[in-house]
Amino acid sequence: MYHPLDALFDLQRALESRLDSDWLRNATAGTGAFPPINVFQQGDNLVAILEVPGVVKSDLEIQVKDNAIRVSGKKAIAYPEGVSLHRRERMTGSFDRTLTVPMQIDPDGIKAEYRDGVLALFIPRAEADKPRTVAIN
Amino acid sequence: MSPQELQVRQKREVEKQESTAPARSFVPTADIYEAENALTLVLEMPGVDKGNVEINVEAGVLSIEGRLDFSKYEGMQPVYTEYNIGNYRRSFTLSNKIDQDKISAEMKDGVLTLVLPKAEEAKARRIPVG
Repeated sequence: MYHPLDALFDLQRALESRLDSDWLRNATAGTGAFPPINVFQQGDNLVAILEVPGVVKSDLEIQVKDNAIRVSGKKAIAYPEGVSLHRRERMTGSFDRTLTVPMQIDPDGIKAEYRDGVLALFIPRAEADKPRTVAIN
Repeated sequence: MSPQELQVRQKREVEKQESTAPARSFVPTADIYEAENALTLVLEMPGVDKGNVEINVEAGVLSIEGRLDFSKYEGMQPVYTEYNIGNYRRSFTLSNKIDQDKISAEMKDGVLTLVLPKAEEAKARRIPVG
């Protein structure tokens, strides 16, 4: 029987086991830079998922050059005038992060989806980069 | 003036686990501010659709739960991660100055905004000095 919470637990454990893995080596600024990134493999391709709650879609910019994907933007919070702040945990500011993936990618095939404060980048591996089976004569 | 660079703060885990489920929950980052007529509560719950938010007021405690649709992660193998995901939970004790029947909520870009209107008698009055 399928238990959704067990499935979530398994996913959480899988995510934890990959925390700060050296798969990207020095290709990203690493933990601490905003927004946090998770990278997944889906078949031949990669999916990068970034959490940017409160960022308006039009304030997000994505650029691709070779195998580097740059995500920049700003997060602004407009507090109404004349209010008194009781608690302020949310942060504002600008961000600029580059993710360099260790494979050739198809820059024209990259798709970005933004929903509920989560940015998903679907990164297809370049055809030329895919492994080929070599027949032995 | 150079804009402030954003830094990541690690997600805080819900400490008191009341459920028997093994999965972990996280505490959403919150802002609270007060205006003349209402208190506003803003909570960040990235990945939560507005249909998966549950807000309850019981015995003066406001509890908020946001559930994640993690079925999207099916068939994906993590290769590098910087954050964990999970459902969100946080509760706040309300003062009786809040008109608990008139709480309104809105969800946008993974951010939940709750407006808690003050009860009539709780509104500030200007007291003239005689």
